[in-house]
Amino acid sequence: MGADPLFSHGITLTVLLIVVIKVVVAFAALLVSVLLMIWFERKLISDMQNRIGPNRAGPFGILQTLADGIKLFFKEDLIPDSADRAVFKIAPYLSLIPAFLVFTIVPVGGIVHIFGHTTELQVADPPMGILFLLAMSSISVYGVTLAGWGSGSKYPLLGGVRATAQMISYEAAMGLSIAAVVLITGSLSTRDIVTSQIGTYLGFIPKWNIIRLGVVPFVIFLAAITAEMNRPPFDLVEAESELVGGFHTEYSSLRFALFYLAEFMNTVTMSAIIVTLFFGGASGPTLFGPTWIWPIIWFLIKTGVFLFFYVWVRAALPRLRYDQLMSLGWKVLIPASLAWFLIIAAMQVSTYLGFGVFVLVLILATLLSRAGDVGRLGDRVRFGQPTNHGKEVE
Amino acid sequence: MIDLLATQIALPDLITFVVSAIAIVLGALGVILMRNPVHSALMMILTLFAVAVLFVEQNAQFLAAVQVIVYAGAIVVLFLFVIMLLGVDKKEDLRKEKLRGQRPLAIFAVVVIFAEILTLSRGTWATGAHGTVLSTTSHSSNVVQLAQSIFTTYLLPFEATSVLLIIAVIGAVVLVRQSDQKPLEKDAAVFQTELTSESEAK
Repeated sequence: MGADPLFSHGITLTVLLIVVIKVVVAFAALLVSVLLMIWFERKLISDMQNRIGPNRAGPFGILQTLADGIKLFFKEDLIPDSADRAVFKIAPYLSLIPAFLVFTIVPVGGIVHIFGHTTELQVADPPMGILFLLAMSSISVYGVTLAGWGSGSKYPLLGGVRATAQMISYEAAMGLSIAAVVLITGSLSTRDIVTSQIGTYLGFIPKWNIIRLGVVPFVIFLAAITAEMNRPPFDLVEAESELVGGFHTEYSSLRFALFYLAEFMNTVTMSAIIVTLFFGGASGPTLFGPTWIWPIIWFLIKTGVFLFFYVWVRAALPRLRYDQLMSLGWKVLIPASLAWFLIIAAMQVSTYLGFGVFVLVLILATLLSRAGDVGRLGDRVRFGQPTNHGKEVE
Repeated sequence: MIDLLATQIALPDLITFVVSAIAIVLGALGVILMRNPVHSALMMILTLFAVAVLFVEQNAQFLAAVQVIVYAGAIVVLFLFVIMLLGVDKKEDLRKEKLRGQRPLAIFAVVVIFAEILTLSRGTWATGAHGTVLSTTSHSSNVVQLAQSIFTTYLLPFEATSVLLIIAVIGAVVLVRQSDQKPLEKDAAVFQTELTSESEAK
């Protein structure tokens, strides 16, 4: 139950070595994937906007990110006079470290034998598992918030305040949709979540959580996690048309690069988390050759699909307004995830009860939304605003 | 220190404990000594984190995660939010007591609470026999054991707590709503006609 077999025979020097290797490989792989992801995003966005994009550094401009990184490294590091120096300096790290730590709980492959030991292909498999994701995502709020406050300037502060409210609001919906996954898995460990999704219905439909849970928790999780990462269309924290650069307006040089790195690291990590939670993670049919390599390949393919998806969303959707963001989070995602959680819990008991609860939820939701309409109409009358006389109330 | 070594605590455990204990005490001191409220809040996070480390050390992994999610992730963030919105420029004169006899009362309260903690940590009446709820020898994980004890033995306190939280939420909503002016009777009449005309339109 949520434990790496590596540690079952005590901790020897070899075990320690394996752990160190895993950490280093994971970190290096994540950095390389971030380099590629930034290039991929810029290139794909260029294609979607009918322009060429980076094409100078290396073949297809693939070394562009490296060049940008080196450029940022040699730039002057500015700290504004009004900044709180300690907070200003610590903020980029607070957003980078959680982004990496979340990746440690993602199972990237199956179970392998190495140096006479059996181990899982993931850096850590703690019993609290997926809760670690919630903990780290709540820590990553600090990076943005403190950067905004510590800069000692107006636009970053606005970005920081927005970030705090936004991330706290969407954390609830995110937690509730994860709870649905945990409910049918019966374990918090990410490894158990993946192994519970092995197998098929009718021989060809994979037993992924997205199918087992209905699509709703997946959609909620996707929206919530996009808001957590401050990716478009939820990037109000750095809305350039309103806040200059948002929380990182005052940042330059290496510290800015760290924020940039954190953002893309988050994108890669969260795509991996989505794959783990809803799409069977590192599992899939073995076609030919060594068996250990296929889970990794399936994992990479699935994650790649979501990386593409994020770029696509960025190119396609306009940014939300702040009040739209808040009402989506509180009035749609949280009630929907709560109601769906209730239905799934009833389904666990029996199918009839599940459908009964489903109908009940539908009726109650209709009543509640009607009550909301009546209440809003009352407010409009009370405060003397136009009441859409004779028209459909929104 | 010598006592700890004498009771044969494993070296890694001892190191973890000492490091996090230092972090806890430093953080706690920082909260009250820092001039800037934001820095105080950050110091509080340090303390909360170190406590979470101690929880992991005690095999209470679930508690550690919840500690970080709830306290460091939500409560202190809200502190920061309020501090950021209100601004930190206001300076208060700490020498002036707002309530008469505030200081002696505070010291008295601290002594009482400290004595209470000392008593409770030795007694068994508040939480049952201490340290036996979750056995470390059992094969089921910490989360499973915790869930079992919450939903069987301690179901009533658990439900009572959740009711308390709901009451707090409703209370907050009611407090906010009360600042609105109550609709006058005339408004209520207009409201009634609007409602009927709206339903007719449908």
